[in-house]
Amino acid sequence: MKNKHISISDCSLRDGNHAIKHQLSVEQIANYCKGADRAGLDIIEVGHGYGLGASSSAFGVAKVDDETMLSVARENCKRSKLGIHFVPGVGKHSDLDMAIEIGVDVFRIASHCTEGNITYRPIQYLKAKDKMVYGVLIMSHMADAKRLLKEASGMKAAGADGIVLMDSAGYSTPDIVSEKVSVLYENLGITIAYHAHNNLGLAVANSIAAVESGAEMVDATIKGFGAGSGNTQLEAVVAVFERYGYKMNVKFKDLVNLSLYAENSIISSVPDIKAINIMTGMHGLFTGYGTYVQKVSSDFGVDVFELCERLASRKLVASQEDIILEEASKMAKKAV
Amino acid sequence: MCKTINSKELDLRFVVGRRSDSPGMKEAMLRGVATSSEGIAYLEDNIDKIDIVFDATSASSHAEHDRVFSKHDKFVVDLTPAKLGELCVPVINMESLKDSRNINLITCGGQASLPLAYALKNSCEKVLYVEVISSISSDSAGIATRENLNEYVETTEFALRKFTNAEASKAILNINPAVPQVCMQTTLYARCEKVDIERLKSNVSSVVKKVKEYVPGYSLVLEPLVDSGSVTLAVQVYGSGDYLPEYSGNLDIINSAAIAVANFKSKVSDAGSRAVAIEEGLA
Repeated sequence: MKNKHISISDCSLRDGNHAIKHQLSVEQIANYCKGADRAGLDIIEVGHGYGLGASSSAFGVAKVDDETMLSVARENCKRSKLGIHFVPGVGKHSDLDMAIEIGVDVFRIASHCTEGNITYRPIQYLKAKDKMVYGVLIMSHMADAKRLLKEASGMKAAGADGIVLMDSAGYSTPDIVSEKVSVLYENLGITIAYHAHNNLGLAVANSIAAVESGAEMVDATIKGFGAGSGNTQLEAVVAVFERYGYKMNVKFKDLVNLSLYAENSIISSVPDIKAINIMTGMHGLFTGYGTYVQKVSSDFGVDVFELCERLASRKLVASQEDIILEEASKMAKKAV
Repeated sequence: MCKTINSKELDLRFVVGRRSDSPGMKEAMLRGVATSSEGIAYLEDNIDKIDIVFDATSASSHAEHDRVFSKHDKFVVDLTPAKLGELCVPVINMESLKDSRNINLITCGGQASLPLAYALKNSCEKVLYVEVISSISSDSAGIATRENLNEYVETTEFALRKFTNAEASKAILNINPAVPQVCMQTTLYARCEKVDIERLKSNVSSVVKKVKEYVPGYSLVLEPLVDSGSVTLAVQVYGSGDYLPEYSGNLDIINSAAIAVANFKSKVSDAGSRAVAIEEGLA
């Protein structure tokens, strides 16, 4: 078991974009891709935090447009595969066509964990063009293992080459991860990947639990650079997998320079676990909401924790920033 | 369908679909409306018995269906995002479309947001950018909606530009599975030049009133927030709950728009009022 091969999908340049309001520059993308490619990362995911076509007032306007981001990344990824994140209802098929044209290798088509059937058409569209496609289940803490299997099976039937389970709220603990990943691994027969967040300080532990339960790919980011309190830290998880004897194309020692580059030139503040991140994690709210919830609560002069509770009771999924704004304005009105 | 049955101006003759066990078809049978599961073929055989077609299938199906309607010069209200006909939001441009054969109702997000976008256009010098994000409940998003998300986004964006003259637009649709189901909510973000805030508030309030006349559950939940050239406002849409649950305001607003258009058409022309609804999933 322990000598199995683990692929690493580095989403620093996509999830990391959430952490800096989607302000990654052309130069940062070029330099990071060059370094990550040299280090042997299997997949480098690039784009706006919410994926292709997501640059907007609601989610934040990206500094660099999708086409430029992907073109720059493509020039600098020689061995590494270039990946994108795509959510139907946010991006359009014309965005996928653009990505195909530029030469993106891996397409990750995502939906909320109970809405997998919205991904079927883009998955079929991409498989007809013979692309590598993963089905992504976002906010996977909001469905049980049986339901996740049903959604993932649908994605597989549509043509998905693998399934990515995302713990987008950083809510899960290793026992939950093991149960869910095992069920998918034992029943699907395609690659399972796990994408953790660190709201409860468990991202690396959850990634290990996922691999021990059958996952063959994990998502990680340099220094944990990502939404909320960040993701699984790439350097740490690779170091642990090495000690456990898993085979990988990337080695810890090759990440040292990449880590230093990111620290000096990309990451303005290294993610840590703030009270707000634990709050969103415990309430199962999308981890990327942390900063926004804080900003909106201070703009409207309302209590941040009460706002979190109200949002949790409305069972927000990812990408509903507009509802946060409306709820805060409603609270402010009532307080007057 | 229920709205057609309830309409005094319209006479629902058939409901046509592909599966006799779909929820809409079952409901039609229960209410004593003639049904057929033979789709467009049945409709073509009976084309002389109808005056108005409501097409609530999918964008690609509508493109096929409209070849038949066009051949027989049949008036059609298209509830799919196919955008083959004239784009219509009743409170904005219905009266100017009395001679159109095919009227397209854009999308549910379009019907909810375009009245606001139009009020904004009439309250500023120039709309530079307009964006709309809608959340709908999982139960109200039928298979056709789910398969048509690409067309949903494209058609909503196209209509936003058309009705505001903005150069750029963006549309987003979220599907939320929360239980109890959430009602439809739509937020509009825009950037514009020289917005007159008082005029905006008054235009928004009067357009919301007008929409309420045919969608009683339409209400402003976020008053316009104006920060230099940026404007944000939001509405919630509850349905009338006559057959579909109240939370499905997204279905109600486009169905209500369809009835408004058909009522108007049968009033201004002598086209007749015998209607047929074609559907694939929920409609």
